[in-house]
Amino acid sequence: MDVVLDLGGLDALIRVLRDDGRVVVGPVLRDAAITLAELGSAADLPSGWGVETGPGHYRVREREDAAVFGHSAGPQSWKRFLHPPRKALISSDSTGFHPVEDTAPDYAFLGVRPCDLAAIAKLRQIVGGKAPFVVAAQCTEPGEVCFCASMGCGPAAGPGHDIALTERIDADGHRFLATSGTEEGAAVLARVPARAASPDDRALAAGDVEAATRRMGRAMPELDLRDLLAANRDSAHWEAVAERCLTCGNCTMVCPTCFCVSVEDTTDLDGNAERAQRWASCFEIDFSYLHGGAVRTSGAARYRQWMTHKLGTWHDQFGTSGCVGCGRCIAWCPAGIDITEEAAALAGGEQP
Amino acid sequence: MTTPMTGLDALPLLMNLSHTQRAAVAGVSRIETYEPGTRLFEEGGLADQCWVVLSGCVMIDTVVPPRGRIVVQSIGPGELVGWSWLVPPYRWHFGATIVSPTRAAVVDTGALRALADEDPALGYQLSLILINALLNRLQATRMRLLDLYRNPS
Amino acid sequence: MTTWVPTPYQVVTRTVETHDSVTLALRPVAESLPRFLPGQFAMLYAHGVGEVPISVSGVPDDGTLVHTVRAVGAVSRALHDALPGTVIGVRGPFGTTWRLDGVEDLLVVAGGIGLAPLRPVLDHPSRRTVLVAGARTPQDLLYADELAKLSDVDVVLTVDRGDHDWHGRVGFVTEPLASIPLDPDRTTALLCGPEPMMRFCARTLLGRGVPAERIQVSLERNMQCGIGLCGHCQLGPLLVCRDGAVTGYPTAEPLLLAKEL
Repeated sequence: MDVVLDLGGLDALIRVLRDDGRVVVGPVLRDAAITLAELGSAADLPSGWGVETGPGHYRVREREDAAVFGHSAGPQSWKRFLHPPRKALISSDSTGFHPVEDTAPDYAFLGVRPCDLAAIAKLRQIVGGKAPFVVAAQCTEPGEVCFCASMGCGPAAGPGHDIALTERIDADGHRFLATSGTEEGAAVLARVPARAASPDDRALAAGDVEAATRRMGRAMPELDLRDLLAANRDSAHWEAVAERCLTCGNCTMVCPTCFCVSVEDTTDLDGNAERAQRWASCFEIDFSYLHGGAVRTSGAARYRQWMTHKLGTWHDQFGTSGCVGCGRCIAWCPAGIDITEEAAALAGGEQP
Repeated sequence: MTTPMTGLDALPLLMNLSHTQRAAVAGVSRIETYEPGTRLFEEGGLADQCWVVLSGCVMIDTVVPPRGRIVVQSIGPGELVGWSWLVPPYRWHFGATIVSPTRAAVVDTGALRALADEDPALGYQLSLILINALLNRLQATRMRLLDLYRNPS
Repeated sequence: MTTWVPTPYQVVTRTVETHDSVTLALRPVAESLPRFLPGQFAMLYAHGVGEVPISVSGVPDDGTLVHTVRAVGAVSRALHDALPGTVIGVRGPFGTTWRLDGVEDLLVVAGGIGLAPLRPVLDHPSRRTVLVAGARTPQDLLYADELAKLSDVDVVLTVDRGDHDWHGRVGFVTEPLASIPLDPDRTTALLCGPEPMMRFCARTLLGRGVPAERIQVSLERNMQCGIGLCGHCQLGPLLVCRDGAVTGYPTAEPLLLAKEL
């Protein structure tokens, strides 16, 4: 089913989802960044705000139009909601060991970029949990650090969305082509004031997304990344990256598929104990702690671990790539390390 | 009754020697059997022979006051006992005890050195054998020094 | 079983093995877990302290869990000190098993606490079973009395450092391994111990003609979940909790030789 929504329709969509008991989360402008937070209405969206991104660079900027989805590579991903930074696992007391009730709300994610849509599927393959209702926002304006096309994860929304929106602002107004991806999505759309989509509407949206595919600022080298990383375990290149990498772990925090956690044990004064998981990063010095020391202490070994896992051994472990080409690791790296350039360096060539 | 030749023929230690070369070594060796408890040599004694263990076990030891006599290395079948005959002052640096019924080929190292002087090719092969045995012993000793089984806490 | 919630087991016996190791026998408080097989491990939870992976060191038929624990950190110390009656949380069975189908000659090579995960295979039917076990000192040898009583296993013990009362072998575990009688094509070799020890022993066995496919090692990495969720136990492409700990040597060799992997 496809229809065209105006801003009022978008607002109605948010209201329908809230009325259904969902917590609607979407992009908001906060603290000089486009982050993710609960939406009360379409007025909460960052209308007219875009971003300027580059290696180690992120600034919000005012757009010339009032687009609500005209931004990318924010510091947060939907991972924060599906795989919270801290989550209680079990409690332990004199009566035994008890599971902790999952109190996560039913989420509706509004404005999920195709890269993040792919990331949600990859992440949920590992962490499970309740499936969110997903309103994807197809990309018509790739960000400077984006490379979703070369990872096969965009700019068109892949499977897993309930509704996909394609925003367009022109002489005919500010509107969204809304296409359902599931029956549930269609049922929600049917309750939102909209007009039928015409062949022109569909052609314009398709054209915008297709044009975005051809305007990507960067790409991974065109070869099997898993084989590339597997073949370069002993490459001298890791030492070269290590001279720049601060092992700060920003990349792992902003990456929408990094899932590693550490488990913490706490006790209270009554002797009851709790176990909780918290986000961990393979860049932490003790991440690989074993028998009195860490296995991976050097920066080179830790960077190699992250990149090899993301692009290579994720395939061996989970049957899919860990990277969706969102570019966040490039924007949020204080040293401006670009994973596509590092892959190109390993492949022995210059990045196209 | 094993002759030196049949005893030495089967040894991996000497497998790179030609049949003739092995026969030459056999010619300066004799087979001996030892009862447990036999002291093969004492630290400081004259080192003029070496042993190739065919079966059984020999322990190399030294005295560490006040701990007493401590075994530093055990040597089993196919391995060499005794190195100090190679270099001056030709005195044993450790002692050695037989700990289980042992059969060994005892080599007259003075005669062996004379053979090597006459036949450099044999001398070279013997050197390689000795170096290889020393290398294995050194590597195993380094592994022990790593103290791999220590408790990390 | 991919759950975070431990199943309560109670310590029924605590046998002191050495100055820093004990063997705990655990019985279920109520529900019992599926059968553990040799090579597999449990995540053992000490209330309020934490959880660590410990291999089974015995697999009795009655579902008792047997674990030999060496006190090396806070959690293992808590488990080590647990007296009979203490409730321990158990999750498992996790990991791969020692592959014993079609075994002819079984060669078991253990270093230090590595003997614990290998103990359950010593009575596996075979044409011949040889155990070569190394320990730091005679006081650190595990299961000494039990090993002395084994009638159908050739037991070769060696220590890195002897002492006044020790009349056994002194030398690194690779040394007797170089000279024990061996039929390479009919031997299945199982190795468990510190990584360098396994590397050197595998090298010795390869040098004696034992094919790499007939050698298995037990790998180890930091483990926090045991169920493939936390990411800590990665070793190259493997998740040790799921693809190990027991691994064939052809797979393990390049991983063991890579630095800081």
